[in-house]
Amino acid sequence: MALLKAENLSLGYDNQSIVTNLSFEVNIGDYLCIVGENGSGKTTLMKTILGLQKPYSGSIVFGDGLTKKDIGYLPQQTLVQRDFPAAVREIVISGCQAKCGMRPFYNKAEKELAAQNMEKMGITHLKDRCYRELSGGQQQRVLLARALCATGKILLLDEPVAGLDPKVTAEMYSLIEGLNKEGISIIMISHDVSVALKYASHILHIGDTLFFGTKDEYLESNSGRNFLGEGV
Amino acid sequence: MIFDKLINYLHYPFVRYAIIVAVLIALCSSLLGVTLVLKRFSYIGDGLSHVAFGAMSVATVMKLTNNMLLILPVTILAAVLLLRKGNNAKIKGDAAIAMISVGALAFGYLIMNVFSASSNLSGDVCSTLFGATSILTLKPREVVLCIVLSVLVVAIFIIFYNKIFAVTFDEDFSKASGVNANAYNLLIAVVIAVIIVLAMNLVGSLLISALVIFPALSAMRIFKNFKQVTIFSAIISVICALLGLIISILAETPIGSTIVAVDVVLFLICMLIGKLVGQR
Repeated sequence: MALLKAENLSLGYDNQSIVTNLSFEVNIGDYLCIVGENGSGKTTLMKTILGLQKPYSGSIVFGDGLTKKDIGYLPQQTLVQRDFPAAVREIVISGCQAKCGMRPFYNKAEKELAAQNMEKMGITHLKDRCYRELSGGQQQRVLLARALCATGKILLLDEPVAGLDPKVTAEMYSLIEGLNKEGISIIMISHDVSVALKYASHILHIGDTLFFGTKDEYLESNSGRNFLGEGV
Repeated sequence: MIFDKLINYLHYPFVRYAIIVAVLIALCSSLLGVTLVLKRFSYIGDGLSHVAFGAMSVATVMKLTNNMLLILPVTILAAVLLLRKGNNAKIKGDAAIAMISVGALAFGYLIMNVFSASSNLSGDVCSTLFGATSILTLKPREVVLCIVLSVLVVAIFIIFYNKIFAVTFDEDFSKASGVNANAYNLLIAVVIAVIIVLAMNLVGSLLISALVIFPALSAMRIFKNFKQVTIFSAIISVICALLGLIISILAETPIGSTIVAVDVVLFLICMLIGKLVGQR
């Protein structure tokens, strides 16, 4: 049983489907990169996996004991967050919210988990700083630490390096690679195919042609060759 | 001299009631201000207060003995509709709010005009819109109701504080990780509606937004984390309400607008402090 299995998905918005007949699966330890041109439906697919919107048809099934409460998500930044007065530790621990259920306050274990994840992301020294005053790379680390509070199993990342400079981008990718090596499955949207080829174990290409398979299969495939021809 | 005058006023029960109610309302209204400002919902307070005004006109015309019974449910309903529609409607959030807000205002005034038997119509309308003296004519029963509702609002806010934070900061993340964000949005909407109806007594329906957003904005100039901002905006709000009330009693100015004026002045001071601290 796969961690996550999508079958015959049709996706879209405003009653227009943009992707049809999409099937793929993610197993424990996989690093799946979703690539494709702008507007091809990458973010829509992500939102569907997250359950924020419903597919027009088809299904996404969680397996291997994965539930909705085990999903960690690194969204693209929203406008709201840009002037949100919140300390780093407040944001990181809010990742534990789903674990709380109806309990009003965080317990000791959750506070511990937040502290561990801040340590892991190297942001412990920033824990009392205001989120909006941090650099782009530091903000992403905060959101990653929050996502780790929500999950130990699977991380979904939507363009995690958008707007970051090359040095910070490289750091971010190696952080994510490290998490993957610890056994956390990764699903990442990227428009940078060279990155996908460097880190991913599997590639999902959406656009005019659909492709799902391992990285090596992608290199051999038509859609891979076409896309690489343009992209690299 | 001024102090003596104040002590003198405090002997009257209606002044004491007014102070109790003002402090409670100021406290409650400031709590959700941060959330509303950050969610870009500052105008919801405005929209809802106009709905409350519409409902109040209907209640007045129907000569209901306790007009809260009509105003509260109508406003809660409007809040729920606005927040639900806000997310995925054909008419976008701000337009929906504007529509409901001016629509309710127009109908409220129309109803009052056509059906009211009062000889002082413009006075009535003015006092519902700007609060005028209603806070000085509170009956003990209304004070008790206000205390009960305020305690409820504060309790709900404390219990759901962490959830409100999570949902305000990142709704998508919360939903994705399995938090029932819609339920909390609904809760926020209901609490806002209750606060608006309470605050109508104090500042009237046109000035409520000020009571909700100014303390939050002031606190955000100076403080950098959510807990501090929340606590400080509650403190600012209570201080402004007290100060405004005292000034208005002593100087015989309208209560609602005096309180809001104090809020504005404090905001400017906070902005200045924020600038100075930021430059250091």
